[in-house]
Amino acid sequence: MRIACTVNGRPRVAEDVWEGASLLAVLRENMDLPGSKNACEQGECGSCSVYLDGRLVCACLVLGGQAQGREVATVEGLASGDALHPVQEAFLEAGAVQCGFCTPGFVVATHDLLTRTPRPTTVEIREALAGNICRCTGYAKIIDAVHLAADRMAPR
Amino acid sequence: MKAAHPDALPIAGGTDVMVEINFDRHRPPAFLDLTRVAELSEWGPEDGILRIGAGVTYTRLIDELADRIPGLAMASRTVGSPQIRNRGTVGGNLGSASPAGDAHPALLASRAVVELASVGGTRRVPVRDFFVGPKRNAMRTDELIAAFLIEPAQGPQQFSKVGTRNAMVIAVCSFALALEPERRRVGTGIGSAAPTPVTAPEAESFIEGVLDEHGLWQKRAPVAESALARFGELVAAAARPIDDVRGTAAYRRYALAVMARRSFVWAWNEYRGAA
Repeated sequence: MRIACTVNGRPRVAEDVWEGASLLAVLRENMDLPGSKNACEQGECGSCSVYLDGRLVCACLVLGGQAQGREVATVEGLASGDALHPVQEAFLEAGAVQCGFCTPGFVVATHDLLTRTPRPTTVEIREALAGNICRCTGYAKIIDAVHLAADRMAPR
Repeated sequence: MKAAHPDALPIAGGTDVMVEINFDRHRPPAFLDLTRVAELSEWGPEDGILRIGAGVTYTRLIDELADRIPGLAMASRTVGSPQIRNRGTVGGNLGSASPAGDAHPALLASRAVVELASVGGTRRVPVRDFFVGPKRNAMRTDELIAAFLIEPAQGPQQFSKVGTRNAMVIAVCSFALALEPERRRVGTGIGSAAPTPVTAPEAESFIEGVLDEHGLWQKRAPVAESALARFGELVAAAARPIDDVRGTAAYRRYALAVMARRSFVWAWNEYRGAA
């Protein structure tokens, strides 16, 4: 089947997509957008977090065809050219990246949190990131990074 | 469309369906994308109750309806993660009909009704008659879940769930409670502790009897410890749990008795304080 949707503000078309393919597969395999990671394929890990019509979702749980005509935003769309998004910068500076596999999902989920709650508490951060799993280490540096990004994006 | 393609698989939020597809456990000949049906994501009042489209997400139930249906909103907050709550729907929970579905105990406690639609029209099935077996419900193959009907809370409601984390867990067991002071009625719902979600009718009649006999609805007085303990025991007795990877049958019974007693005390104290 053919899927046409807007991805990161640009119209995109994927041809010859299997009807059962997930949005994640379409992004990675048909649209050359490998930033969203494929890990659990069951919505457990959050590595494939993207926006669908402005809502944070796991791309692995969206049927490709469900994105037809919709707006998708991925981690690739956060930076402006070479300038990283403040969330991405904060993750780098806080050392919230170890192997980096989970990072795109965490970055998108953090972006969503800070859009809705500019000054989250640590409890709110843990709640908002509960669907994202990091298997390298603990979450302390990640939480530091979210606070740092919040400070930069919404100064007190 | 469902009548013409009875083997087409309806998909809404995809949080259950896509797992089956991704793991190649199921390869349906066709999909029906329910997210294109705008009416399914609408809700509104209907004759004093709420008619909530099957496609309303958990996030929206929490954001838009927590004041009117607090029990279901509490249960919704325990569903998955933000990503899952942004997609998952009560309609999908009912369609999957898992004994562990988080919405089910709250729907049972509130005596909700499921609206099924087909080309032949619509029919409404009480949720207490909807679950007919493990992951089986009362739907015919030509039907789709259109909505559920639920009364705005008539009194305090509670929901408890046992799991290994605060997020992303399938319930080890869960319990929902709804007090209806005007009707002097108590509703219960048990999840993950029987082949289907179930109620605890004996526990309901027992505690209703205690509240009536001692005039406690009027007095708003505390309930005797012995009655609370018995209520917990009767809830546990209504379950038919098994040993599985998430917990043992004995643990589930024990936890249900604790959750039932605590939930009742929380709800009853709220009722007493609301005087």
